[in-house]
Amino acid sequence: MIELLLPSLLAGLAVALVSGPMGSFVVWRRMAFFGDTLAHGALLGAALALALDVNLYLAVVVACLSIALALTGLQQQRQIAGDTLLGIVAHTTLALGVISLSVQQSVQVDLMAYLFGDLLAVTWNDVLALWAGAALIIALVVWQWRALLSITVNEELAQVEGVPVAFTRLLLMLLLALLIAGAIRTVGVLLITSLLVIPAAGARRLSSTPEQMAMRASVLGLLSVTLGMAMSWYADTPVGPSIVVAAAALFVLTLLRRPPA
Amino acid sequence: MSTALVQLDDVSLSFGAEPVLERVSLTLNPGGITTLIGPNGAGKSTLARVVLGLQTPDHGRVWRRPGLRIGYMPQHLQVDESLPLTVDRFLWLAAPGRTRHRREALARTGVSHLRRRAVRRLSGGELQRVLLARALLRKPDLLVLDEPAQGVDVAGQDALYGLLSEVRESTGCGILLISHDLHLVMARTDQVVCLQHHVCCSGTPESVSRDPAYHELFGPRAGTPNLALYTHDHDHAHDLHGHVHDNPEHHDHGEHHHD
Repeated sequence: MIELLLPSLLAGLAVALVSGPMGSFVVWRRMAFFGDTLAHGALLGAALALALDVNLYLAVVVACLSIALALTGLQQQRQIAGDTLLGIVAHTTLALGVISLSVQQSVQVDLMAYLFGDLLAVTWNDVLALWAGAALIIALVVWQWRALLSITVNEELAQVEGVPVAFTRLLLMLLLALLIAGAIRTVGVLLITSLLVIPAAGARRLSSTPEQMAMRASVLGLLSVTLGMAMSWYADTPVGPSIVVAAAALFVLTLLRRPPA
Repeated sequence: MSTALVQLDDVSLSFGAEPVLERVSLTLNPGGITTLIGPNGAGKSTLARVVLGLQTPDHGRVWRRPGLRIGYMPQHLQVDESLPLTVDRFLWLAAPGRTRHRREALARTGVSHLRRRAVRRLSGGELQRVLLARALLRKPDLLVLDEPAQGVDVAGQDALYGLLSEVRESTGCGILLISHDLHLVMARTDQVVCLQHHVCCSGTPESVSRDPAYHELFGPRAGTPNLALYTHDHDHAHDLHGHVHDNPEHHDHGEHHHD
């Protein structure tokens, strides 16, 4: 059993580990819907990768980054409210992604695998790519931690203190895009936001500093993946949704604890 | 100019059709305390934002000394409920370094006991002192404070102003203060700039208080003895929590005679 599940488990753990700090930023900066929109856009990237026969991960990163940059530009205008704009972009890119996947009849694509993930189909090569990506993201987060946290607390204060605000914001989006690209094959585009948001929300109640929250969110994510996969194995439930249910159950458990000051 | 920290020449800025700053010139020097006064909506905060580099003017020139370190104390700061942030971590963001330095900065503004407290849980007055400690921790060449006297009682204001002049004496930094009324201006201010989109008048606190342009701007109330210039003699001791160690009744300004 363990040989069969090991690549899947390691792949899921890589995504969960990175989701801790990244999810904390998503929660702190109120970017949950933004992350969701990027994840939807990732499907369009995947469809383009198939159509143009380019690397899947590369195409998804490029698609997510383009959408992130376009959204940042569009949010300057005042005609349409921010969340309305995200709603429009999220569902339009999702629809376009589904359409472009369906018109490519030459390739047999399992749409469900992209939407809800297919952890059990993960190969050792995927595991290697995911852990390399996770190491890169964590290295960048640690290196730029103070800048990332400064713009999260207050962008103007950060700018006065010499933090390159625009660059740091761009870095955060790049990191999110990288994570979503990794997640598309494992937990799927529809469930990645839950893996970002739920462990971080649970960790909030257990932490009194940002660093504690980022690390505890990782721990909760790792537990969620392990418990979810165990549930999937024993109860024969779909893997992605099982992980989300495990994360939600852990979150409910954290509610029992009184929040720290 | 080479000795100045920041110099603004003929700066103009408008938001849409509304002119906010009209041909404002301002020089901030090391060791100088400048107070910006003016009614609400006169463009004080916008001018401070130009000095801070947060706002680019439409016209005019802004010069900053290369490598200038600015300590900024905003009017308020909202930390999101989802972000657990202790005062200690908050200070670390401004200047990573030894814990001892953060302790010292907090002790200087009289709030050592708040180091492990969550920023979100601080009262208005506590937050102001933490923000000031954070600004001082950066060892700034220029300290910019937006309405530091707001929501602080008279004794607290006096302690704050006392601390600011002490900081100026010991570090030689320049200070830019924003205030909404001249009677709150600290006695040790070197330069008062009275703003109503353009600079109405500027000079020492005494000369501005006698300037007809100042009286026109603030109305007859500016001339009443009750709101006369705050020339407070520091003849008693109190700490930053506002506990005056002698009779607080004597601690008033304007109409009272100081002995």
